[in-house]
Amino acid sequence: MQNKDDLLRQYRMMMVMRRFEEEAARNYAKGKIGGFLHLYIGQEAIAVAVTEVLEERDYIFQTYRDHGIALARGMSAKAGMAELFGKDTGCSRGFGGSMHFFDVDRGFLGGWAIVGGHLALAAGTAFKSKYAGEDSVTVCFFGDGSINIGGFHEAMSLAGLWKLPVVFVCENNQYAMGTPLERTSPLKDLSIKAKGYGMVGDRFDGHDVEVVQARINEAVDRARTGGGPTFIEVLTYRFRGHSMSDPAKYRTTTELEQRKQQDPITVVREKLMGLGVDESALDDIDLEVDEEIDEAVRFADESPPAREDLMMSTVMAPEGES
Amino acid sequence: MRELRYREALREAMLEEMERDERVFLMGEEVGHYQGAYKVSEGLLERFGERRVVDTPIAEAGFAGVGIGAAMAGLRPIIEFMTWNFSFVAFDQIISNAAKVHQMSAGAIKVPIVFRGPNGAAKQVAAQHSHSCAPFYTNIPGLYVIQPSTPRDAKGLLKSAIRSNNPVIFLEGETLYGVKGEVPDEGVEELIPIGESRLVRPGADCTIVTWGRPYYTVLAAAEKLSGEGIDCEVVDPRTLRPLDTRLMVESVKKTNRCVVVHEHWPYGGPGAEIVDRLQREAFDYLDAPLERVTGLDVPMPYALNLEDKVLPTEERVIDAVKRVAYAS
Repeated sequence: MQNKDDLLRQYRMMMVMRRFEEEAARNYAKGKIGGFLHLYIGQEAIAVAVTEVLEERDYIFQTYRDHGIALARGMSAKAGMAELFGKDTGCSRGFGGSMHFFDVDRGFLGGWAIVGGHLALAAGTAFKSKYAGEDSVTVCFFGDGSINIGGFHEAMSLAGLWKLPVVFVCENNQYAMGTPLERTSPLKDLSIKAKGYGMVGDRFDGHDVEVVQARINEAVDRARTGGGPTFIEVLTYRFRGHSMSDPAKYRTTTELEQRKQQDPITVVREKLMGLGVDESALDDIDLEVDEEIDEAVRFADESPPAREDLMMSTVMAPEGES
Repeated sequence: MRELRYREALREAMLEEMERDERVFLMGEEVGHYQGAYKVSEGLLERFGERRVVDTPIAEAGFAGVGIGAAMAGLRPIIEFMTWNFSFVAFDQIISNAAKVHQMSAGAIKVPIVFRGPNGAAKQVAAQHSHSCAPFYTNIPGLYVIQPSTPRDAKGLLKSAIRSNNPVIFLEGETLYGVKGEVPDEGVEELIPIGESRLVRPGADCTIVTWGRPYYTVLAAAEKLSGEGIDCEVVDPRTLRPLDTRLMVESVKKTNRCVVVHEHWPYGGPGAEIVDRLQREAFDYLDAPLERVTGLDVPMPYALNLEDKVLPTEERVIDAVKRVAYAS
């Protein structure tokens, strides 16, 4: 059981993520945000739990559903929202957009938008840790839609073979875009795949931040102390469609409503009230978060556009000693 | 200067750079215990150990990606593809990740990595093992593409590639590995800059631009042509992206005619790019249409008599030069 202050901090972060995504959706509808937009609503407990466990020197990779983890890792809502608006003040200076958030100083090495393509990169930063004798750990997120593609198999194979300090976190939100898991996988329990790669597997629900934190902690510890990689399947659910263009007609309202009973934010809220926190104190946090996100939207709106002069100069890195 | 084989020159480049920089390591299939499928990495395992000479399973997408991730975190990997034909299963790693992340992260992430291995036809290895890959990779902003023709260029350019802060596609030639050539003596360090072409043979009557395996075909053809009174100037771009057109433009301004000779297919690619740039940059100096001698536009057949037809031959080079010189 965590103490109240930890839970309050985690609650606040989950609210930041939730409100950030809701505002992103609103501004997408207004035409302020372009391209694809994939929301993390419903999955917040996982990103929060992982960042609670990690050290500053650790690396994180995520798919295109990357706003939540970036915020949890400490990126400001301003830098995130400005990126969605395609502004120079964005975390990727308007070159990445929703799917390619980066925050290198915080070890967040990106949102990646080719399914399965970033798992080997995560094995690569873990390879570097081992090569250099460092005790940093890499956590790599991906969805249940990634488990059939070759990139998954090759990254898992090499990570297992070389016992790399990496934790593969499959956020199983039950749908690969519009196709439910039972139509894409013969397995109900994906975590058994770990065995085939010579690594430890784990599987648990992702709606309770405390549970997620404890179990992720075991895997990160294992990686940090030379015990090799872990493949984790976290059972979760997204309350919105795959992206903004997806009305999610492939699932029933009943299913969605049932899942919302396990909203990770409600779970923490109830825990906190159980610990004697006043509901009004939580409402105050909500208001504070609302203001923070409103401010981020204003900031994004008023920021200067992405810079044309950086377009050619960032194709290749400058040469010379480094 | 001493003479080295092309493969020895490459090995020296890797060895010297690995000695110089602890962050450099070699990874690929059979690079260690087997001593390299083409013996380019022979002896490196004994010298540097398994930590820095890393044998991989057959998983090109996997180890290309591991290399890119390691480079993002500050190492300087050399990733060997047993042949470039196998790079296609790692294409996404190279195109979507290595070539993109520097700009996608607004310059925050660098990918100092070299992908190297033999490229192009060997002998009778048929359609799936005979790709000349320059066109695929030269199309991509975010990559450097190097294709050295001689041992000296192979060594000097590989050293520069390893020290580069960017992803480099390094296309060797399987049929060139045994070629001997002059290389600076031990202890004399030569770094050949990426993106600089070289004047190979001076001449007055016709410019030939060529690189890779046909380089040697062209030199033989030029000898024959000089016996017939046609004096060819040969320019080797050495790096295909970025492309240095300075010497070839100067040459065409002098000779007023040009033939581009390359192994890759005729549709697009650096061959067509060179023709496009020359017609714009030297239009007023041209006395004949630019010609190309290319690999024929077919998948590579197995039979030797057919393979010999597909690859650029001396005869085809000589015919093309005579056509642009109006000498046939």
